[in-house]
Amino acid sequence: MDPYALLQIYIFVLAGFVGYQVITKVPALLHTPLMSATNAISGISLVGSIVVAGHDFSALATVMGFVAVTAATINVVGGFMITDRMLRMFRRKEKPSS
Amino acid sequence: MTTSLIQISYLAAAVLFILGLRGLTAPDTARRGMNMAALGMLAAVVGTLMHHDIVRYEWILIGIVVGSAVGAAMAIFMPMTAMPQRIALSHAFGALAAALVGLAKYDIFMAEDTLGHARMGAIAFEVMFGSLTVTGSLMAFAKLQELMRGSPITFRGQNAMNISLFAVTFCLFLYLIYDPSQRELLYVVAGLSLAIGVLMVLPIGGADMPVVVSLLNSYAGLAASATGFAIDNNVLIIAGALDGASGFLLSILMSRAMNRSFANVIFGAFGTPQVTAGAKSSAGLTVRSITVEDAAIQMAYARLVIVVPGYGMAVAQAQHQVRELAEQVEKRGGEVKYAIHPVAGRMPGHMNVLLAEANIPYDKLLDMDEINSQFANADVALVIGANDVVNPAARNDKASPIYGMPILNVDAAKAVIVMKRSMNPGFAGIENELFYDEKTSLLFGDAKASLGKLVSEMKNV
Repeated sequence: MDPYALLQIYIFVLAGFVGYQVITKVPALLHTPLMSATNAISGISLVGSIVVAGHDFSALATVMGFVAVTAATINVVGGFMITDRMLRMFRRKEKPSS
Repeated sequence: MTTSLIQISYLAAAVLFILGLRGLTAPDTARRGMNMAALGMLAAVVGTLMHHDIVRYEWILIGIVVGSAVGAAMAIFMPMTAMPQRIALSHAFGALAAALVGLAKYDIFMAEDTLGHARMGAIAFEVMFGSLTVTGSLMAFAKLQELMRGSPITFRGQNAMNISLFAVTFCLFLYLIYDPSQRELLYVVAGLSLAIGVLMVLPIGGADMPVVVSLLNSYAGLAASATGFAIDNNVLIIAGALDGASGFLLSILMSRAMNRSFANVIFGAFGTPQVTAGAKSSAGLTVRSITVEDAAIQMAYARLVIVVPGYGMAVAQAQHQVRELAEQVEKRGGEVKYAIHPVAGRMPGHMNVLLAEANIPYDKLLDMDEINSQFANADVALVIGANDVVNPAARNDKASPIYGMPILNVDAAKAVIVMKRSMNPGFAGIENELFYDEKTSLLFGDAKASLGKLVSEMKNV
């Protein structure tokens, strides 16, 4: 088996474990922002889309790349903004000012 | 040189993503964490722009500008109550990008003759999961936004059809790995996956939507990971794994909170054909309705009020009025706590976000395990637009579709006031015997209006 592919599998598995460890510690209070945040992060497919859109390989590929870039950007920008909007709202009980 | 710079930016992005998610473990560190993750994303994007394969920048730039505008508009203009739909829609976009990249890269790899079997497998997986997440998420969006019926749509032989469709697609997937030259087959797989996405979500309704949205989140992540395998991009693999793990975990947590097995939620659709309301019927039972004035008196003299928010509160956008009510109770020396059931609302954590938006301090929002024992001390349990999560049938009625689901012990409270628009059954379509209990009174009307009136009445007591 291609050693590089094996390395990629290691990375995937390790990342999965890290993800599991981190996410089990997120309180139920923050589950909605968590969904939104992981959604925003998965918009990293923007990176792949950019290369395809800029490759100038064929008309079809460029169109697909362009749509992909647009869609992924909606995902990223929207996702980060909405997560921030949600997180801004979580406030502790204010200390009473005398 | 540029390749190393790109790789470094990817590494930085991966690290920042993980640190960012870790920030979400507490509300105080959450925003900072997200800023780090955003920085990571920026680093990855800027790094990619230096990629040697790129010869034209126009389409990239136009795409980014248009995408940013639409994304920002979605974030700014969609109300908090539409949060679940918004996230579903976002999944659709992300998955679309993954699927399209797969299809385009297939052609590019074929031309470069670098399309090995493993890489073909990654691309086919990416196209498959990407496509089914697109349609699945759009379906979830439609159901949540009430563009179509929220209740499960089932028909005879549905499970058999879905399974055979999936089996056929899977076989084509395997064949493609065996013979990567069959370009048309890849498109067939894409088309079939689009259909699978629709059919998968069709029979799911009601309280199960949070599980579906989490699961689709997971699939979008897996598609992103597969893209990473296909184009040798490690940050994609890592980000996809993080997203996949998160979505999957949340789905399992949700299912457990409903006391149903995960498989049952996805494939069960409450069993075919649709079970109606177990054995209990409401014929001959009366409900006690209460006026705003009487309710105000109960609330004014209560020492402990536990508020149980549900989807109805979200629909009525009544969260701010809830806070005003809480202030009235606290002014009289009472205490207000909020009982958040894990599947209240249409998304995990939905209620928390809405109440936080209303400036309710988050340490008052207690989850089911923390608060269930306190209901016995509560003078008033105020149920606002929640139905299934307080339905005693889950404890008592073996024939009920929600049997076994842990619920909030609202019936242990000294008095229960339920705010509802009408006697119509909730999203899952089940009768709720809590409403007919002698300790329970119903305050009919739109939650926002009722709460507003309740607050003004309380000021007069």
